[in-house]
Amino acid sequence: MIERLNLIKNDAEKEIAVASSFEALNEIKVRILGRKGKMTQILRGLKDLAGEERAEAGKTANEVKNQLENLIETKTAELKQAELDKRLQSEKIDVTLPGLPLPVGGIHPISRVTDEIKAIFTGMGFAVAEGPEIETDYYNFEALNIPHDHPARDMQDSFYITEQMLLRTHTSPVQVRTMEKMAPQIPVKIIVPGKVYRKDDDATHSPMFNQVEGLLIDENITFANLKGILMLFAQKVFGEQVKVRYRPSFFPFTEPSAEMDISCVNCQGGGCRVCSYTGWLEILGAGMVNPRVLQFGGYDPEKVTGFAFGMGIERIAMLKFGINDLRLFYDNDKRFLTQF
Amino acid sequence: MGVSVNWLKEYVSFDWSPEELAHRLTMAGIAIEGVEHVEGDSLLELDLTPNRGDCLGMINLAREIAALNHSDIAIPVIELVEGQNRTEDEIKIEIKAPDLCPRYTARVIRNVKVGDSPAWIQSRLMGAGIRPINNIVDITNYVMLECNQPLHAFDYDLLGPAKKIVVRRANQGECITTLDDVARELDRDMLLITDDGRPVALAGIMGGQNTQINEKTVNVLLESACFKGTGIRRTARKLALRSDSSVRFEKGIDINGVIYASNRAAALMAKYGGGEVSAGICDCYPDPQPLSKISLRPERVNYLLGTELSPAQIQNYLNDLKLEWQIENGALLVTIPSYRPDIEMEADLIEEVARLHGYENIPATLPCGDTTQGGLDPFQKFKDQVKQLMANQFYEIITYSFVSPRYFDMLMLPPDSKFRQVVRVANPLSEEQSIMRPLLLPGMLETVSRNLARKNTNLAFFEMGSVFHPLGEELPLGVLKLGAIVAGSTDPNWLKLNLNLDYYYLKGSLENLFSKLGVEDVGWEETQEPSFHPGRTARIVSQGIQLGIIGEIHPLVRQQFDIRPRTCAFELDMENLYACSRPKVMMSAITRYPAVERDLAMVAKQEVQAARAVDIIKEFGGDLLAKVQVFDIYTGEQVAPGHKSMAFNLTFQSDQRTLTESEVNERMELIREGLRTRLQANFR
Repeated sequence: MIERLNLIKNDAEKEIAVASSFEALNEIKVRILGRKGKMTQILRGLKDLAGEERAEAGKTANEVKNQLENLIETKTAELKQAELDKRLQSEKIDVTLPGLPLPVGGIHPISRVTDEIKAIFTGMGFAVAEGPEIETDYYNFEALNIPHDHPARDMQDSFYITEQMLLRTHTSPVQVRTMEKMAPQIPVKIIVPGKVYRKDDDATHSPMFNQVEGLLIDENITFANLKGILMLFAQKVFGEQVKVRYRPSFFPFTEPSAEMDISCVNCQGGGCRVCSYTGWLEILGAGMVNPRVLQFGGYDPEKVTGFAFGMGIERIAMLKFGINDLRLFYDNDKRFLTQF
Repeated sequence: MGVSVNWLKEYVSFDWSPEELAHRLTMAGIAIEGVEHVEGDSLLELDLTPNRGDCLGMINLAREIAALNHSDIAIPVIELVEGQNRTEDEIKIEIKAPDLCPRYTARVIRNVKVGDSPAWIQSRLMGAGIRPINNIVDITNYVMLECNQPLHAFDYDLLGPAKKIVVRRANQGECITTLDDVARELDRDMLLITDDGRPVALAGIMGGQNTQINEKTVNVLLESACFKGTGIRRTARKLALRSDSSVRFEKGIDINGVIYASNRAAALMAKYGGGEVSAGICDCYPDPQPLSKISLRPERVNYLLGTELSPAQIQNYLNDLKLEWQIENGALLVTIPSYRPDIEMEADLIEEVARLHGYENIPATLPCGDTTQGGLDPFQKFKDQVKQLMANQFYEIITYSFVSPRYFDMLMLPPDSKFRQVVRVANPLSEEQSIMRPLLLPGMLETVSRNLARKNTNLAFFEMGSVFHPLGEELPLGVLKLGAIVAGSTDPNWLKLNLNLDYYYLKGSLENLFSKLGVEDVGWEETQEPSFHPGRTARIVSQGIQLGIIGEIHPLVRQQFDIRPRTCAFELDMENLYACSRPKVMMSAITRYPAVERDLAMVAKQEVQAARAVDIIKEFGGDLLAKVQVFDIYTGEQVAPGHKSMAFNLTFQSDQRTLTESEVNERMELIREGLRTRLQANFR
């Protein structure tokens, strides 16, 4: 009996090993373990055997049955795995083909730089103030200490609407508007982004361009504070390694006035075409708020002081992104816009 | 062209190389843009700020150098030999407009020989960019460069017989032919030098042809005067005539320097023109001004600069600048020399101290006031959010705020359109940029057109910017708009999944935007707008507030802008959009109960709008209807002519319980009945 069991086992093992489909495996299973299968018949025939022999044969038969069941189970799993492998293999795609082109867009480089500057200064506690693009002569000039026939009006040839109304030539009118609104509260701590207009149109001038202006009025604000804040700003925009320098300059609305240069972002100060071989790039005008402007805004220059600064966004964007032609900003060519 | 370093060394000594000098001057606020090396000399290219016009004169520039190297300047000593003739017998002066001409002086130089000036004068003039003419004229220019005092020489014998100079305003329409051979018509704001009859010079700007120095000139009348900058500026602008002289007067000259300059020129004319200088100077200065004195508080210097300068240091800087001071009430009372008209108040003196101390020597510190919140206000945040959302699908563009009036017709705006009421620029660069845009549309169309011309396809742009409407005498109204424009389709691809950038694409983007911004109950009402396709345009409304217009651009407008593909655009009012937006802060619970979905297909007349059907479905679906979606629109063979089939997907759901089949069926029947009675709809 035991020999017969071993014979069945050996034959079945061989058959299972070579079975290559679920059908074949199933056929083996039915033939051996099924209701009419060889093993089933043997197990049924056990009852005819005598006690001791029956016990021994029964044990062996159950062992064989379990072994064969395990084998079939393992083989089934193998076949399933093989089938899955085969299916996955057949589903192979060309992973190098391009993906579905979903619609994309982007922020204009001028807005990107403006946002960055806004973030830097709002992080330092500045609020953002805005004002009208068409201004009165009073806010654009008079209240900024630029009376009629002042030579400084030459610096900014203006587009006029009427004799008393013009396209603002700088964002500075918002300084005065904000002071008027807030006086005598302190501190006044604002930055002013916006479009400005000057009557110039050539390779280095656009009749419309963008500025960001800053103003801080409080007790005990000094020129040293101006240097401190602008140093932080320059490092955040152009990196920790940037060097800055200040030169005396002139703006009717600040006194003392300064021009801030940064070490050339292209040559790091060694001298190149970008910086006209000086190693320095002029990026920003600044100064202590002229006492007359404080008065126009409703503040007592003996009690508070302040600093103001202003810069052209296009200039910063050109330096940051290596843009060499100002006109690209307002040309809005898709091939330009998609780069930012 | 520039300032000769060798020439400067005649007035001040320094050991610096030209580059070192340029650097030091620049760092002290006298910007030198470049150094040009010429044979045996270097030329400094000045880039002066408008307040430092004084440095257009060599002597004043030398004062700056002397202040920087703590030395003194050497002002040329004049050796003037005067003859027998007395100037006061030869010329009379009358100033009729002292507001425009506070001081006028004259000298007479007799028996000059007009010829070439010495080579060294000629070369110095040429270095400064001035063309040599003859010895007399060259000397006036030379002294101008040296002293910053413009001078003018007349042919004395060509002046009228009265030999009287009258400085007066021009009569309206009066004419003068200036040295450049141009006849100029004047007005009452302009100042003339006359010989008590004819105009002989346009004061401070250019001499007249009738009395100019010529090869036959024997006797010279030399003018050295002070004209007010404001008047000169106005006249020079109106006549578009700027000269080396007008530039200097505009920036302000030294009213006390006129005598020195006159004497200096007269002495040179005697020396290099063989002339004989008449005795005395005719000086008409009706209202002499004392030098101004300004108080400078040392503690204020440190207060404003954040420095710790001692009073002695401050005094030293004033001394370097040769500014006289005395101590008064603990402050320094500084006398301002008349060659520095830019110093008008204490802050100006503080700047003088600061620039001599060196801006680089002022510390950099952070303000130590109370901390402030800062940041953006809600509307500013909203604007940034909208931009960021738009930038997911559209490229931001920035176009000029001024546009061409041609656009009115190109956009097919009717003659009475309110958009033809615009803010006009009085002095535009060109007609093409002469009106402030009343709409974003023309700039967006122009951008699409330009991109298509350059073979850029599949365009989707947005712009956020102000448009302008006139308000009479008031400042124009600036209205912030959000515009977007699309043309073409998304890029073709091997998946064959590309979207047409059409009305529904644009509307879909806008629906997304509204959903992110919490703009709800949006109505899309069929409308007609001049620049848009009459059957493909909607007015967008939410909560009774007009948000803007969306639609396909009218084919004739496209034609005007040379745009071939269909193009769609919208333009929204940002303030109104903000008013309708509600930041979603409260979450609504997600129901645990299952949803029941049903499809509903109906046939209705072609003109029935989907929104109308959806409204009716919602009305009859009641609170159990959670969602309705249009999933098919069909017209064709199986549908009667003039009709269309619309299919909707309805989702029923309750947050209280599981819905039963029969109650959903009941609602569906109500909905069908509603559609049947309201829209004469049939169901299949």
